[in-house]
Amino acid sequence: MMRLERLSTIAAAMVLMAVAAPLSADPVDDQLVVNGELELATDAPAPEHLQDRMSTIYSGWRFRDTETRDMQRDDFDNAMFLTVDAGIDLWNTPDGATNQSCADCHNDIEESMRGIRAAMPRVTEDGELWSIENFVNDCRENRMEAEPWGWNSNQMKQMTAAIALQSRGMPVAVEIDGEAAEFWERGREMYYTRFGQLEMSCANCHEDNQGNYIRSDHLSQGQINGFPLYRLKDQGPVSIHQRFRGCVRDTRGETFAAGSQEFRELELYVASRGLGLPIESPAVRH
Amino acid sequence: MPRNYAATVGFAVALVVGSGLAAAETAPDEIVWGEYGDIPEPLTDQAGDPDAGRAIMSVGALGNCVACHTNSEMYDDVPFHGTIAPELEGAGDRWEEAQLRGIIVDAKRMFPDSFMPGFYKVGPFTRPGVAFSGEAPQQPSDMKPILTAQQVEDIVAYLMTLKYE
Repeated sequence: MMRLERLSTIAAAMVLMAVAAPLSADPVDDQLVVNGELELATDAPAPEHLQDRMSTIYSGWRFRDTETRDMQRDDFDNAMFLTVDAGIDLWNTPDGATNQSCADCHNDIEESMRGIRAAMPRVTEDGELWSIENFVNDCRENRMEAEPWGWNSNQMKQMTAAIALQSRGMPVAVEIDGEAAEFWERGREMYYTRFGQLEMSCANCHEDNQGNYIRSDHLSQGQINGFPLYRLKDQGPVSIHQRFRGCVRDTRGETFAAGSQEFRELELYVASRGLGLPIESPAVRH
Repeated sequence: MPRNYAATVGFAVALVVGSGLAAAETAPDEIVWGEYGDIPEPLTDQAGDPDAGRAIMSVGALGNCVACHTNSEMYDDVPFHGTIAPELEGAGDRWEEAQLRGIIVDAKRMFPDSFMPGFYKVGPFTRPGVAFSGEAPQQPSDMKPILTAQQVEDIVAYLMTLKYE
């Protein structure tokens, strides 16, 4: 049965190729309304620093198939909400030598964490560039006296997903000037560096060829305003740095570590390419 | 159709393995380049096989050329051609064999800004990894070209069959 279905899908695709190749390059024309009430813009005028390169920025949601887009329209269909729910539980669970929970200091996550994800990563008082994962682990180690979580551990994704949800609908608000400028510049340089044996930069796919297809993969702008998100290909939640690692690996390159200085700088720069879009987390992609 | 396709792949691999000992081949760093990024001399002394070349071009784990290029000759049996790169129709009319060889080996010699990877190139690269492991090579010999010299010749032979009707 399964095999028959797959064969007919392939046959249909082949007919499509014969009739309609090459495929359309445009993002799909669709509107994202979550739970029938929360309207999330999926395009916006490009931020000033990008305007010499493109006029409009698009959420990755506009480059995915109908089935994938539909999963994000309703939180009951969005597989990431299992992750969010686990994160809320962790928020309320005491841990570490002090036996404190996040809620003991930060109270209601819906109030205290509102807008936090939208401004990440950001420069700390000590002049370091931190992602949301750094702040979570700083709390765990220095306030709770608990073991830090791995950057891509389940608990970290659960916690960051729960925190990110509290910014859903708020505009991306990363700072790129002042103390952040040097980090942003390095992230920008990295974005345009051709890595690996395939000699591919982020820009080669997500700027020069946005909207085009690599085999059946519709190339998006690589926006990160929906992370952490549920990736159907991985059958699970995926963090920003996890996806960065996958992309560099796919250039046949030596990747950087999740949480590395390089990836935090790249995260800042890529986030800034989404200035104007709302936070969509937790999104669904394939 | 998919079954024929698999058989062709098997044949292509067997051919490469079988010819490995007999054929003399030029290593990536021994190639004599023409003035315009072309390579006049074949990389092996065994003529390219267009059928093997066709299979290499359409298989994801090998050349996967259709990941980026559309190729009308393959529409009937290879789904999902990419839209990144120039279409291949008429390639054999538009290019000389030496030019096609150069483009496949390292297209950036002819087109410095090209998106196309060098398929018979082992460096220099920025942060190269060993295949798709994400890990750096431990020694220079860990870096293998994506295709073998014979596979490049097979693809050239196939592309030369793509003529405008």
